[in-house]
Amino acid sequence: MPNTDNIAVHCKGVTKTYGSGSTRVHALGGVDLEVHTGELMMLVGPSGSGKTTLISVIAGVLDRDGGECLVFGHDFKSMNHHEKTRYRGQNIGFVFQMFNLIPTLTAAENVAVPLIISGAKRREAIDRARDILCRVGLSDRTNSLPPELSGGQQQRVAIARAMLHNPKLIVCDEPTSALDHETGYRVMELLREVAVGVDRAFIVVTHDARIFQFADRIAKMDDGYIIGVESLNRNSSDNKKM
Amino acid sequence: MLVGNRAKYLGIVVGLTFASLLITQQSAIFVGLMTRTFGFLTDTALPDIWVMDPKVQYIDDLKPLKETESLRVRSVQGVAWAVPLYKGLLKARLPNGTFQTCNVIGLDDETLIGGPPRMLQGQMADLRRSDAVIVDVVGARGKLASILPDGRRVPMKIGDTMELNDHRAVVVGICQVQRTFQSQPVVYTTFSRATTFSPRERKQMSFVLVKAKPGQDLQTLCRRIRKETGLAAYTRDEFKKITISYYRKYTGIPINFGTTVVLGFIVGIAIAGQTFYNFTLDNLRYFGTLKAMGASDFMLLRMILLQATMVGGIGYGLGVGAASAFGLLSGHTELSFRLPWQLLAFSAIAIMLICAISAALSMWKVIRLEPAVVFKS
Repeated sequence: MPNTDNIAVHCKGVTKTYGSGSTRVHALGGVDLEVHTGELMMLVGPSGSGKTTLISVIAGVLDRDGGECLVFGHDFKSMNHHEKTRYRGQNIGFVFQMFNLIPTLTAAENVAVPLIISGAKRREAIDRARDILCRVGLSDRTNSLPPELSGGQQQRVAIARAMLHNPKLIVCDEPTSALDHETGYRVMELLREVAVGVDRAFIVVTHDARIFQFADRIAKMDDGYIIGVESLNRNSSDNKKM
Repeated sequence: MLVGNRAKYLGIVVGLTFASLLITQQSAIFVGLMTRTFGFLTDTALPDIWVMDPKVQYIDDLKPLKETESLRVRSVQGVAWAVPLYKGLLKARLPNGTFQTCNVIGLDDETLIGGPPRMLQGQMADLRRSDAVIVDVVGARGKLASILPDGRRVPMKIGDTMELNDHRAVVVGICQVQRTFQSQPVVYTTFSRATTFSPRERKQMSFVLVKAKPGQDLQTLCRRIRKETGLAAYTRDEFKKITISYYRKYTGIPINFGTTVVLGFIVGIAIAGQTFYNFTLDNLRYFGTLKAMGASDFMLLRMILLQATMVGGIGYGLGVGAASAFGLLSGHTELSFRLPWQLLAFSAIAIMLICAISAALSMWKVIRLEPAVVFKS
């Protein structure tokens, strides 16, 4: 059970609406959610349930309309555009469904991007990128371009990229949906092994039931609301409905 | 990112190259043509001031003066010397019977001031021989050349004769002059002989060429000549400007060339702008990713600008290179082509502007891009 004192993400009554008038869509109707450091939280639910909108709000790439959302005590809404961008760059890592690796950069260069954005020297960033690529088992592919890598390898590069600058929060959007079952399983094993840490929170949006077993808690969403949070004791079969 | 998409990369480079070529080449031809309008002024470098009828609008607008005017000008304070110059178009009858209009220049009989800048064969002093004329090398090899029955051209040479208004003229020298706007052969002779060649008129002097005394302010001297003689007096540079201004104002040349240059600019914007914008749209996902990972708008704008500058530099270099090659290859033809550094700068600014406009379209898209786009599969 995560320590409730170490709250990484605190959402209370978060709302988000797209469009206006007759095309108005309530993506989030008032979401309450807490994610703790050291845990891997999965957001699950059918398409259109608001999962992606919620992690977009949590990650600070989308402004909420109402409610409260704090990430490590910081409210994106109180930050200006520049502060928000900088906070994201320093504290949040991203893993995307389609990897989003820049095709003209090598694996090491792709991984080095967050550090270079933060102002690190290119050489130093590349060296650190090579180290972390070794940790995810790609020591022999550091100079490969993304199109030369398999889907699983590309996702491992994306994981390495998300971890390089040691962010406090990592958000993953459907990290296994573009991978076959076995590769997806290995990617999740890797995520748990190298990315989940005591001082870091992890949020994974997925509808892939085969990877639920890697979660510490699963928040089920539907129609813009969290309809239940399931706590999994990963060492026993004792699941607790919250 | 841009180099990763070779088709788009090449498309932009080709578009910019074409625009740069069109802008540079057409502007260079325009500048070449404009330079030809005052070619005679450039060749006649010794005088400081040109004196003429006040109604003269450009170098080839001839409004003859009485010969005595040169004496009046000579008497103005500050004038070191003043000599008459004849300039006129006369028909030459060539040995094979054909007629050719020539630009006849009559130089002061005593000093021969106003003569060609470079003699290729013969000497200026040979003009003092009976019926002597000096012809320019382009005219001698071109319009004044004899055409043999088998079609071969034999250039006019020293010793050849022709008739100028029924008067015998003997070629005593070949010179090199700047090509003129009208591209007529240039024939130099003495003032008195030129007035003999030309149809009889009461006034036959075209210009008075003036040298100022050392230390004399040219503008002050021009004003003084105007005041005391009632004639127009311009420095060489002023007369060049007046000549260019006339051609700019009263001929369609600037509009014609300007249209092509503008067309090159529009084509550049259309091709480069559209391709660059499409490239940005194609890579919006990556721009969004970088934005989500903390890249500031400024950083992304720099990326776009860097890429625009890179393709702009390559396109500009290739275009200017192609235009220069065109200029070199056409150096021996009738085509006027002049590529001063100012034109290279003009072309560079035009290409920079094209790139800036192209990049601005993309920048606008990237600035407005919500980083949340990265979560849309």
